[in-house]
Amino acid sequence: MLSIKDLTVNVNDKQILKGINLEIKAGEIHAIMGPNGSGKSTLSHVLSGKSGYTVTGGTATYQGKDLLEMAPEIRAREGVFLAFQYPVEIPGVSNVYLLKAALNSIRKHHGQSEVDAMDFLTLVKEKVRLLEMDEKFLYRAVNEGFSGGEKKRNEILQMAILEPKLCILDETDSGLDIDALKIVAEGVNSLRSPERSFVMVTHYQRLLDYIKPDKVHVLAHGRIVKSGGPELALELEEKGYSWVEDNQAAA
Amino acid sequence: MTTATASRYTAEYQTIASALPGQNLPWLQELRNDALKKFSEQGFPSPREEEWRYTNVSGIEKKLFSPQASLTAGDVDAERLKTCQLQDAWVVVLVNGHFSAELSVLDGLPENVSVMSMADALTTQPDTLERYLGLAANQAEHSFIAFNTAWFTDGLFVHVPAKQVLDRPIQLLHIVTGADTMATTRNVIIADEMAEARVIETFIARDGVYAAGLSGTGAAIARDGVYAADLSGTGAAAGTDNAYLTAAVTEVFVEQNAELTLYKMQSESDKAYHFGGCYIKQARDARFTHHNFAFGGLMARSDIHVDLDHASECELNGLYLGVKRQHIDNHTRINHLKPYAISRELYKGVLDDRARGVFQGRVIVAVDAQKTDSQMNNRNLLLSDDAEADTKPQLEIYADDVKCGHGVTVGQLDEKSIFYLQSRCIDEETARNMLTFAFANEMVDKIKIKGLHDMVLEQLLARFPQEGVNKEWL
Repeated sequence: MLSIKDLTVNVNDKQILKGINLEIKAGEIHAIMGPNGSGKSTLSHVLSGKSGYTVTGGTATYQGKDLLEMAPEIRAREGVFLAFQYPVEIPGVSNVYLLKAALNSIRKHHGQSEVDAMDFLTLVKEKVRLLEMDEKFLYRAVNEGFSGGEKKRNEILQMAILEPKLCILDETDSGLDIDALKIVAEGVNSLRSPERSFVMVTHYQRLLDYIKPDKVHVLAHGRIVKSGGPELALELEEKGYSWVEDNQAAA
Repeated sequence: MTTATASRYTAEYQTIASALPGQNLPWLQELRNDALKKFSEQGFPSPREEEWRYTNVSGIEKKLFSPQASLTAGDVDAERLKTCQLQDAWVVVLVNGHFSAELSVLDGLPENVSVMSMADALTTQPDTLERYLGLAANQAEHSFIAFNTAWFTDGLFVHVPAKQVLDRPIQLLHIVTGADTMATTRNVIIADEMAEARVIETFIARDGVYAAGLSGTGAAIARDGVYAADLSGTGAAAGTDNAYLTAAVTEVFVEQNAELTLYKMQSESDKAYHFGGCYIKQARDARFTHHNFAFGGLMARSDIHVDLDHASECELNGLYLGVKRQHIDNHTRINHLKPYAISRELYKGVLDDRARGVFQGRVIVAVDAQKTDSQMNNRNLLLSDDAEADTKPQLEIYADDVKCGHGVTVGQLDEKSIFYLQSRCIDEETARNMLTFAFANEMVDKIKIKGLHDMVLEQLLARFPQEGVNKEWL
């Protein structure tokens, strides 16, 4: 699904990612954990095509194609979805409008006709129920006046409707109380399939109690310093990030 | 403005003076004479005056716009009117400054409610008008008000008696059809105690962008959309470039605990001059909302001045769209005269090409107006390097226990929002168009009358690139 090799990235001439290697197979869930400032968000931004980042070396291959060559919207249409750490408020554009525009862009990209209005509504309403949201949400402006939890839930709603192949969750659990976290996790779990992969960028181990990862990577100072199974997350929680950072310093 | 030009207008005045309504009312004759004298002395406002510093109306000097003494039938296209006329509304149509009974719709009006032309009101209810006319609009304020007082040929009169709640809105349809014409109209709207009403002022030209856009005459020019296409294309020949002058003054009285919503949709021709002043007096506990959609005209100026009594509330919303070389000026003033009043103000501007938008907003809190709660915001979106926004919010606070705030922005589209949309499969150009539309649409969405909402939305879509905004999905 996604293969990242020796990826180095600069922001304002400062190297943030210092050679990332990552292999994600279809159907896998990878958690990327790390202290603040380790480069977690940079990695998710670079994968989704945000400007302001300069790739200085390495590759990212998505389904056999050069991901870094594609415009952000092309990546999205090809099935890469970024759930934002800080979803943007867009007054004047309703949720339902954005969803329709996004879904039809994907369909057009794949040579399909516009979605039927009734089918669309049925689909959207089903997903709204899944995420325990009020239907009124759909007709409100995108994220405007939403609480932190509502914004994150809205990201997962979009994901559920657009059915991407590679889902990148950037600190989706930050700022969520336990009830909201459970709903979000349930939404993510319902999307798990052998054809869909997830990259969960998180600071907290708690998310992994609800979404069980196949692999856990620890990112520190722009490098993946440790990889392992789910047990690594527990070990991290027990010993703290200083444990891996110290290890790295020692190495 | 030179007094020489003023005297040209003043000389012209004599040709129409005897045809103006209210000849038999000494108080009105006196008011008009006084106003004419003021105007003769001062001429039109000059940028040397602080309240007019961004807006130079000297273009009116070069033209001598002529008033029409009476209604001339035959030059209004009924189909054109229909596109701007609301269903389920009482409609008063003013053609070139004169009431047309034939085109107006006043059936089913409750007996105790007055909705009529100003000329009729001066005949049937002169005492009421003697009390109210000139009470909210002070002609010492600036000479456009004096000009209007001297010249007005007709207008709208609305009087809603106490406790009467009108289920239908009242629409004033102000249309100017002639080139080099001036239409000078005076409106008085009174909502007595606990009355509730909605009034819509619509200013249009003989051929609008709306109608022209629908007919699809314009050549496809991708960058500027239908509006630009019609300016340069066949639409112009049909009369969209008529130069004329609208000078309208509306006085509004919202009595105790009454509620009035006033919408203004200004969609004049692209060579027109527009002055529209709205002066509002709110009594104790009265609520007033104003929505100002300033879309048309070569040069357009709106005044919205509100006086607030004890615990009254006002909300002023505005959207100005400028393309080409349009100049659109919005001047608001909120006088908090007594304690506990609330004011909310949001004006948004979208400016493209070489257009210039002006926002001057003043909030004055009198020494007695403790517990005032006031918020004023102005946001401008510049779509071209040559577009300009001049914004000047002013707070003058003489009381010491108040909550007042203001915020101003002038800028381009937010890059974060563009990326967010791109990450949701939408290409950059479409994202920009969507965000531009959305920025403006926030104000359109505040319209509570479906027919008007759709009409204003059409106007908005006609003026900005439509790629990326799918009307069926809205």
